Amino acid sequence: MVAKVVTISSGKGGVGKTTATANIAAALAADGQKVVCVDGDIGLRNLDVVMGLENRIVFDIVDIVEGRCRLRQAMIRDKRLPELYLIPAAQTRDKSAVSPSDMVRLCDDLRQDSDWILIDSPAGIERGFRNAIAPADIVIVVTNPEVSAVRDADRIIGLIEAEEKGPARLVINRIKPEMVRRGEMLSTEDVLELLAVELIGVIPEDESIITHTNRGVPIVLDGKSPAGQAFRNIAQRLKGEQVPFLDLEAQGSLFGRLTRWIRSGGN
Amino acid sequence: MHPKFEIKGMRDGLLVTLSDGPWSEVCDSLLEQIHERADFFEGARLALDVGNSILHAVELSQLRDRLSEQGVNLWAVVSNSPTTEQTAQVLGLATRLVKPKPEPPARSASVDFQESDTGILVQRTLRSGVKLQYAGHITVIGDVNPGAEIIARGNVIIWGRMRGVVHAGAEGDESAIVCALDLSPTQLRIAGHIATTPQRRGKAQPETACVRDGQVVADPWGAGGK
Repeated sequence: MVAKVVTISSGKGGVGKTTATANIAAALAADGQKVVCVDGDIGLRNLDVVMGLENRIVFDIVDIVEGRCRLRQAMIRDKRLPELYLIPAAQTRDKSAVSPSDMVRLCDDLRQDSDWILIDSPAGIERGFRNAIAPADIVIVVTNPEVSAVRDADRIIGLIEAEEKGPARLVINRIKPEMVRRGEMLSTEDVLELLAVELIGVIPEDESIITHTNRGVPIVLDGKSPAGQAFRNIAQRLKGEQVPFLDLEAQGSLFGRLTRWIRSGGN
Repeated sequence: MHPKFEIKGMRDGLLVTLSDGPWSEVCDSLLEQIHERADFFEGARLALDVGNSILHAVELSQLRDRLSEQGVNLWAVVSNSPTTEQTAQVLGLATRLVKPKPEPPARSASVDFQESDTGILVQRTLRSGVKLQYAGHITVIGDVNPGAEIIARGNVIIWGRMRGVVHAGAEGDESAIVCALDLSPTQLRIAGHIATTPQRRGKAQPETACVRDGQVVADPWGAGGK
């Protein structure tokens, strides 16, 4: 087993990096892969909260780097998925507590006995981002279909190329098919036209993400959620499988389709 | 305290010459000094002359990490020992100071040349945050995204979408032009004139912008005009 290191990044904050990390990790682990998540957001950690593991933290990544514990001691096993582990960030320190070469060393130690290492990058383009991409084999950039988020994603993709970690793969999060149809939201095509990178996932807006995230339960474990399905598809694509993209258009309600039909007929 | 090193300023950073002695002592005293004068060293590019010391990857990479914790970037190690030189090269550090390693174009965000009346060809997408500056003409094969900037003394030709900020004739040449397959810049400047993109009707088509009668105007590319 030699793990692939996947860093999840975005530039802008609040677009869903942490949610994406937790869910892609859970989807891979549910598929029998051994996954280690690393929270790169030292000082503002929350991957532990989203994964529902906050109350189990004893040691964190800074303890490993500074030699206060062994790697194994800081790896928290998930409650539901026995093949999923988290290495939490420290909350009382800041990004400078870890250097890019520390991250490379840490991941090299983890590579031998896992399939995937997922790093949740902090927002921004400073030290924390550099730490997170230093060990990466694959970088996933998450964006929302909003002009400001796409602009920051573009900048991040440029930096990833400059660090020779490219080409980045793109996840478009929180897309609302209704708004796209009305021309009020950037479509997948609009975003891809600007960013010109390979698309690896499109996540539809789904309110149950919020309830799942608050409860610390990954949405991929909910068989009915369209967002959960979209995250499972990303995990499959990471494994190199060809999975068609969800047809978001088809998910409008019957009522929505009916009114559209009447309208177009009436004109 | 007996000085274990000597610091000199150079054209592009600092050169620290270490005296011979036990490596750990020399390192500690250097780091102590850097820590005490953190303001001076913060963000510095450091080259290290280690004299005859024979160093291995562990020692050098440890020092590099400890320096980077202090915000100091170690870029070169000069040594009389071939073993040490080899170690430095393995770690990706330069071992000659005469010619500093030129930054690869992908890394450096700005390009600055002085020859006039020449041109450069850039074959990649210019993303947000990239600034391309050249004292001549600029041709880009690729898109120029919003948030990217192109500044040229001469003309600017984009074989792709122009959506960033572009300044042609930046030193006052009003005869400069800007052309693109899709000319929709955030802002377009020619010499001292500034214009923004008007609302487009219909499909994008190749256009050429120039200054005519004191105004920036855009014509279909290749149709009459220039």
